[in-house]
Amino acid sequence: MNMNPTRWRAVLALMAALALTLGVAACGSDDDTSGSATETASTEGGDEGGAIVSNPENGKVTLTVGSKNFTEQIILGEIYAQALEAAGYKVKKDLNLGSETVALKNVKAGTISGYPEYVSTALTSFFGKEPEEVPADATEAYEEAKAEFEKENLTAFPPTPFASANAVGTTVETAEKYDLETVSDLEGVSEKLNLYGSPECRQRIDCLAGLEKLYGLKFKKFTPVDIGLRYTVLEKGGDNLSILFTTDPQLSAESDKFVILEDDKKVFPAGNVIWVTTPKVVEEAGPDYEKTITQVQEGMTLEVIQELGARVELEKEPAAKVAAEYLESAGYTG
Amino acid sequence: MSAMPLASIEGAIEFIFSPQYSNVTGGKKVGGIDQVIELAWNQLWLTIVALAIALLVALPIGLYLGHRHKWESFATAIGTAGRGIPELILIAFFAAAIGVGFTNVMLALAILGIPPILANAFVGIHQVDRASVDAARGMGMSELEILRRVEVPLAIPTLMGGIRSAAIAVVATATIAPYGGYETLGDFIINENVYGENGVLAGAILVALLAVSLELALAGVQRLLTSPGLKLRPA
Repeated sequence: MNMNPTRWRAVLALMAALALTLGVAACGSDDDTSGSATETASTEGGDEGGAIVSNPENGKVTLTVGSKNFTEQIILGEIYAQALEAAGYKVKKDLNLGSETVALKNVKAGTISGYPEYVSTALTSFFGKEPEEVPADATEAYEEAKAEFEKENLTAFPPTPFASANAVGTTVETAEKYDLETVSDLEGVSEKLNLYGSPECRQRIDCLAGLEKLYGLKFKKFTPVDIGLRYTVLEKGGDNLSILFTTDPQLSAESDKFVILEDDKKVFPAGNVIWVTTPKVVEEAGPDYEKTITQVQEGMTLEVIQELGARVELEKEPAAKVAAEYLESAGYTG
Repeated sequence: MSAMPLASIEGAIEFIFSPQYSNVTGGKKVGGIDQVIELAWNQLWLTIVALAIALLVALPIGLYLGHRHKWESFATAIGTAGRGIPELILIAFFAAAIGVGFTNVMLALAILGIPPILANAFVGIHQVDRASVDAARGMGMSELEILRRVEVPLAIPTLMGGIRSAAIAVVATATIAPYGGYETLGDFIINENVYGENGVLAGAILVALLAVSLELALAGVQRLLTSPGLKLRPA
């Protein structure tokens, strides 16, 4: 079958068009403006702060907002970035930085001004605390982390209302099949189940290492996966467990499908979000820096965070748009 | 954080040979020669299987098209397009379709290996001097004999060039396999919070060593495959 050149060109063009369409579809969620554009974030708790006032003085200061590499962090990064912009700062963004180690290194190097961190992660990952040593009280945990940060010439702003933790999750089907409610219920069952978690999970005491040590569990197999696939591996079916986040929107929106097991022996400490930055940036940026950050996070309850997450993760709205609508509906911007 | 030193070559070498303290493991040490061997073997095995699959798919197509001098733009376009394969998207796509694990990342890597092998096989065979081929045909060789005894031997340098660049691409990219359910040396590089900076550097050094060894091995294979009459000899 010999194709003449014109026909061949047509085929090539078609393939190019196809490739282009696939490419756009793959990263197209950013442009997706359909869906619930009229829906607004819940405003509960958002009225204490009032609107952010733009201060022309701040225009001399450029702040770079960082975040780690998953949806919740990127939404938080967008909210903080837009709020600081509303306060008059010049704002750059460097979201999607990877793990906490990378993010903190960037703060220290001055390539970002600050980023949101879970106080529990800060205590366990940066300061070598065991999961059970993390204070349950948010303020207490924050004070402890702040004191540790100050030894490293860093500082942190007060915590958000919501807290997030890792959790062992599974499908409702599997939970019912093996009668699972708590992680302890996995005793005698876990040998039949695969556990999926991020690549670092295997070694971490607040993940697989802790489940093995504190609960005495042995799993059929541990398989590392990208954080973004934590629900995909459950949706595939079969008897699987996956490390989820307690703030995941899927847990409220699809509560008929997914469930988390209660962490009865406290392997996964919960942590509120604190803004990690340096005293140098605080001094240069002036009082509006801390004021703005703590002001916009007043409305961040678990419900609000789950709803914002649902709109980005499930309804595929752009994080920047969801963040802007949160700020507006809560009365911070107008 | 004091227990996590900044990266140094000495620190990385220490990490490779003996397990080191980590901040986040609750006292369990990480790294060391046992883990290094396990992960290096995983990475090598993954690379070998992915390359084998890529060869099985790409070689017959490239050789056939080259021999028939057909679809030149297709073969060369594939070679160019292959440079832009988004591996992580492939892994995510396969995760939904077939789940995660060895097969998932192996397929994603095989797809990465196909374009250079196919394009070079095509170009190598296509460029063989037509006079030699006509002479072979005139001697009464069958088409398969021409391919096997005239075209492939003459195309070995180009053909092997494709296989070698595929091998380097695959072994280097196999570092992201932990995101798709299979642990390789990439584990050290991805998880700085577990292994520390020395672990990251150790991972990078080990992957580079693996890539260089693979390249040397394939260069050896190429020497063996090159027809004696075509070898460059010192005068």
